[in-house]
This record gives sequence, C-alpha cells and structure tokens, in this order.
Amino acid sequence: MPNRKRSASTATVFTPLSEVCAGARGIVRQLRGGKQFASRVTALGFTLGTPVVVVENYGRGPIIVEARDTRVALGRGEAAKMFVEALHG
Amino acid sequence: MAEVSRQVTIALAGQPNVGKSTVFNRLTGLNQHVGNWPGKTVEQKTGELSYKGQLARLVDLPGTYSLTANSEEERIARDFIIHGHPDVVVVVVNTAALERNLYLVAELLALPVPLVIGLNMADVARRRGIQVEAHVLAAALRAPVVSLVASQGEGLRELMDAALELARNPTAFEPSRPTIRPKHKTVFDEIRALISGHVSSPYTVDWVAMKLLEGDAEVGDQLRATAPAVWEEVCRRLMQHEDAYLDIAGGRYEWIERMVRAAVVRPKPGVVTLTDRLDRVATHPVWGLMLLLGVFGLVFWITYTLALPVVGWLEAVVVKGLSETLMAVLPSEPSWFSRLIINGFVGGAGTVVTFLPILVVFFAALAFLEDVGYLVRAAYVMDRYMHWMGMHGKSVLPLCLGFGCNVPAVMGTRIIEDCRARWLTILLAPLVPCTGRLAVITFLAPAFFGGAAVFVSWGLVAANLIVLALIGIAINRLAFKRAHTAFIMEIPLYHLPNARTIGLFVWHHTFAFVIKAGSIILLVSLLVAAFSILPGGQLENSLLARLGRALAPIGHLMGLDDWRPIVALLTSFVAKENTVATLGVLYGAADGAGLAARVGATLSPAASLAFLVVQMLFIPCAATLVVMRQQTGTWKPAIIATALLLCVSLAAGIVVYQLCR
Repeated sequence: MPNRKRSASTATVFTPLSEVCAGARGIVRQLRGGKQFASRVTALGFTLGTPVVVVENYGRGPIIVEARDTRVALGRGEAAKMFVEALHG
Repeated sequence: MAEVSRQVTIALAGQPNVGKSTVFNRLTGLNQHVGNWPGKTVEQKTGELSYKGQLARLVDLPGTYSLTANSEEERIARDFIIHGHPDVVVVVVNTAALERNLYLVAELLALPVPLVIGLNMADVARRRGIQVEAHVLAAALRAPVVSLVASQGEGLRELMDAALELARNPTAFEPSRPTIRPKHKTVFDEIRALISGHVSSPYTVDWVAMKLLEGDAEVGDQLRATAPAVWEEVCRRLMQHEDAYLDIAGGRYEWIERMVRAAVVRPKPGVVTLTDRLDRVATHPVWGLMLLLGVFGLVFWITYTLALPVVGWLEAVVVKGLSETLMAVLPSEPSWFSRLIINGFVGGAGTVVTFLPILVVFFAALAFLEDVGYLVRAAYVMDRYMHWMGMHGKSVLPLCLGFGCNVPAVMGTRIIEDCRARWLTILLAPLVPCTGRLAVITFLAPAFFGGAAVFVSWGLVAANLIVLALIGIAINRLAFKRAHTAFIMEIPLYHLPNARTIGLFVWHHTFAFVIKAGSIILLVSLLVAAFSILPGGQLENSLLARLGRALAPIGHLMGLDDWRPIVALLTSFVAKENTVATLGVLYGAADGAGLAARVGATLSPAASLAFLVVQMLFIPCAATLVVMRQQTGTWKPAIIATALLLCVSLAAGIVVYQLCR
C-alpha cells in the first residue's frame, strides 16, 4: 500500500511522469512547475493521489497519459514536472 | 408565482469534447447569432428557441475544464454566470469521462445559479462498457440529471423540461455542494470572517473566500482595490497556505467520487478498445507521421477530384452568364462604367463563387477528420515539430484549414490558448499555400514548364512549407528566445462521424468565408478595377500600369522586364487567384490555354519560375489581413506579415532567377 506520510521529505523517490514507461501505472504525488500549470492539470483530473496509466511514451516528444477515464497528451516538459509513485505489478 | 412569461436565459456550459455545440445546434437550429464576446476575441454564440410556448435565449459559454481565471475563456464563462444573470445553467458532460467532467459541475455549484446536468454521449460510454444511472446520480447531487444522445436528438425535450422547470422555480434548487477539506477549513472560516461585509452582490462570501484560497488573481485584485486593509490580512493567511488550491481541487474530486459511486458501472480493466488499436498507428512517431501525410494527400485528391468539375461549370455557366447579361443590360456609354462593373463586380463575385466548391469539399473532409477524432492525433504527432517553430501542436489544426483558405485558418487559431503560439500561428498562416495560389500554379505551370509542371508545382508547395518552417524557427530563436509553450491536450475517443455536425462545420466556415472574405474581395476588386481605368480610361496609362512600371527595377532583378506580370502580382492582393484574371486582361486573351502560353512566351524559364515563387510567397490577401486584425484586435500582425512576406517573396524571386538563369 502506498504510504502518504513520506511525500514531503522523500520527494526524490518519486519518478517524473516523462520517465515512466508505456503501460506502467503510478500515483500522482507531486506537481511542480508553478500554480497555473498545476491548476490546469488538476482540472483535467491529475490531483494528488490520482492513479494514472502511461499509455504512450516513445522516449522523445509528447506522451499520452490516462487518468479518470481521460487520455491527455502532455508535452515532455510538462510530464517532467509531474511526479508519480510508480506502482509495480 | 409559477408563471414565467418573459424570455428565459439559459447558459450552456461544458468542458471541451462533450458535444456541447451539438446540443446547442440541435436546440437552436440555424436560428443562432455568431459574434464575439463584448471586447474579446473569443467567439460568442447565442440562439433563440420557443419550447412549449416559452421563449428561451440560449447562450453558449466557451468550453472550459474549470472556472479558475487561467484563460480568457474561463473568465468569460464565469463572468457571464455571475453578471449575465442566466435563469438556469445547463452543463453538458461526457458520460464516458464522468468524474473529470463533474469537476466543472463542482465549480458551478459554488455559484448562485440553478443547474441542470445533461449526461451526453451516453451511447459512446455504453460502447466502452460504462453505464451511468441518471436518477441515482440526480439523487446524490440533488439536482436534475438528464441522459442525452445529442447527436440523435435523444433526451433534449427532457433537458428543456428540466431547465424550464428550474427557471420557473429556482428556490427549489438545493443541491449537494463540495466542501473544504478539514485541513483548510479553519483558514477558510477565518477568511470568510475577514471579508464578510466587503463582498457585494452578486458575489457570495463563500465563493470569494474559496477563490482567494485558490489564489485567484482576479478576485484578489478586486478585494485589494475595495478593501486594502482586509486584503493585507487575507494575504498573510494565504502565504501560510500556498498549497490550498491543490487541496481544494483534491476535495472536489473526493466529493465527485462520492457522488458517482452508486451511479456508475465501470468496465473491467485491461480491455483493449478500438481507440487503443487505432492509436497504435495514429499516434506512433513514425507511422503516425506517414499516416498523416497519406491522409492529407487523400484529402487534397478528394477535394480536387470532386470540386474542379463544379468550378469549371460555375466559370463557364454562372460567371460568364452573369457578365454577358450585365454587358447586355448596362448602357454602353460611358464605357468605363460597364468595365468597372464587369471587371470589378463580376470579377470579385466570380472569385468568391468559383472558390466555394473547393472550400466546401475541403472543409467537409476536414470536418470528418475532426469529428471522428483524428485531427487531435495529428496535432499530437506534429507537436514536437511545431515546437521547433515556436508554435503548438494545436497550431496544426488551423494551419490545415489554411490549405483551403487562409481566412478560416487565421480565425481557427482561437483554439490555441497560449498567447505567443497563437500570435505566431496567425503570423505564419498566410504562408500555407491556399487553394487560390494552387489554382494559379495549376493554370500557369503546364504552359511554363510542360511535362515538368507536376514536379515544379510540388516543389513550389514544398518550398512554401519549408519557408514557413524556417521563418518559424527564426522567430522562435530570435524573438521568443525559444521560450517554452505548454502542451496539454485531451485526446478524445474515436467516434462515428455525425452528418449534422459535419454539415454545420462546413456551413459555419464557408459562411465566414463568404461574409468576411467575400465582402472584402468585392470591395478591393472594385478598387483595383477603378485603378486600372483611372485616369484616362486606358489600361496602358492607368494608375495600376504606372505603379507596375515604377516597380520595373525590382522586376528586372528577377527577369520580369515586362510590367504586366508585376501588375498581376499586385492584384493578387485582392485574392490570390486574381493573378490569372489580371493576366487575362493585360495580355488580351480569355482564360483559356492560349493565355498561359502567351504569358509563357514572354518570360524566360528562370523568370517564369521566379514569378511563380513570388506569387506563392507574396503578401497576404486583403481578406486575410482584415481577419488578422479582427483576431488580435490590432493591425500589428497584419503589418508585420505584409512587410515580412514582401521581403521574403522578393528576395526568393531574385535568388531563384539569379541562380537559374
């Protein structure tokens, strides 16, 4: 089970969404990149604690992520500002 | 009390990709007005309808994901709900992505206006295995919820019944509302206490306190202006709760999860859908690009195969018939008058009319791609390349429209939220070779280059796009310092196209072309005709010819020692395809094959090539410039684009001639 308490102190263990492989799952734990950016992605469903699936990530260019039944294309720069806790299995 | 005889105002809200415009179009038919929101460059659609004897005005709010004041669209939507006093708001939501769509509902519920929720695209959701029980959701929300399949017209009556019922009896609306999480409840209450007495109607204390906690700049500025001392106190508290906005958003989603829990049946995870299978190709970096090229090749092939015969018919029958009729009807003296009418009026109107078939077919093909959900994938595949040019994946959509006509391309840029990317797309749109320019090439290239015409034509189109890319990259590096533009875009599911939606898309864009471009083309066409007659009535000594001769030194550099092609280029300012008509007048030949041969005979091959290059890259046409000003509210981009393209086209013409001669 994911443990919510460690989020502040051990931010480094979270992976930027841009480095999550296609097909892998994660839980959104941290949004960097300023308020306006964070408020745009939270409106699209990427709130803290939301499970996400990376649908497409070819290592370069934008990626596609699914959260709350919605697919969203994110520029690589944007995906690098969203940190997830990778879920295994 | 229950009687409402006056007109009811219904605001239509919803996130993008929910079929909101289908609902709007179904309810109002063609009885709608398209304009801009007062003082804004965002499109406003309103319509009227009469339902069961009740008159209703329907206002289509911009599609937004939320009601924070992040973008102009969001500000417009929320200002209308607060200050426009709609009797009721109808929110259209996409059933297939219910949770995310209810986020906007959660925000709307904080505003003092009754709400009806329309669960649209219920059929798409069902195909995905998602089922939503409308009455269960209604019971949880304590608000009316109506199931809709707007593309088939299902549920619209029930929707109107519910909306009018609420408009008659707004006090009955006591919905469930999201609350602030315990973590920020104390500070929320403190802010409420501070600002109470400083909030004036129609704002409510709760809403203002929540928006302040969310860090809303607009609400903050208002408080600072009216009560600076209170604002300072509020600010001190906000400093300690900078993450409150994330918590509020999280709280809204928690509330949403509670609302939908009992109402939604979801599919088993891991089902591979049709969208998944199609996207393996459509969004692949290599295959996706190949598919994109193939799709666009096909679009152009279909456009010209279907439209060109109609264009030929219109030219031969309608335009020729009109000018012959006028010739017979108009008095022969003075001769300048009939020439002005026939050259100016028939020429201008003929340009608009013969253009329509190409535009209609092209827009229909594009509307089809948009409606099934392919254009969004094209934007995704192209995003990385667009970024090099300082544009945005979404710039692909308006630029595609540009192949039909640059006017709707410039108008289409309003979908790009990022201000800089939108500006650059507007600036570069005139470099997309429109059907007008392509018509000139297809007419002249065979006479100039014989069998090599096909290669020359494709080369010219490719060169045009390369110039577009180079200018984009240069502006991005020099003026924008490669500043980053955020790319966040919803990828909707593929779905079956709807004939009505496609029809309205075609109608809307063609109508815009006829009204906006048509009137300007007609006006400028009359002006140019006047310049070709004044002062003496002879074309050879007219103002236009004098201007052409004055420009001869520049023409000489690209082998155009004749003033006539220079004048033909100048008249392409009216509309690009006017080049051919002007050549016809100047060389004294009808538009037949004889004309192209006669022009070709007076120019060396190098000069012919230079002429076509300049023609392709020349300054934007008058209609495009006017729309550029309408979209940005300033003449700046129009002036910059004109200066830029004038330099680029002349330089390119000179280089091509000097290299090839």
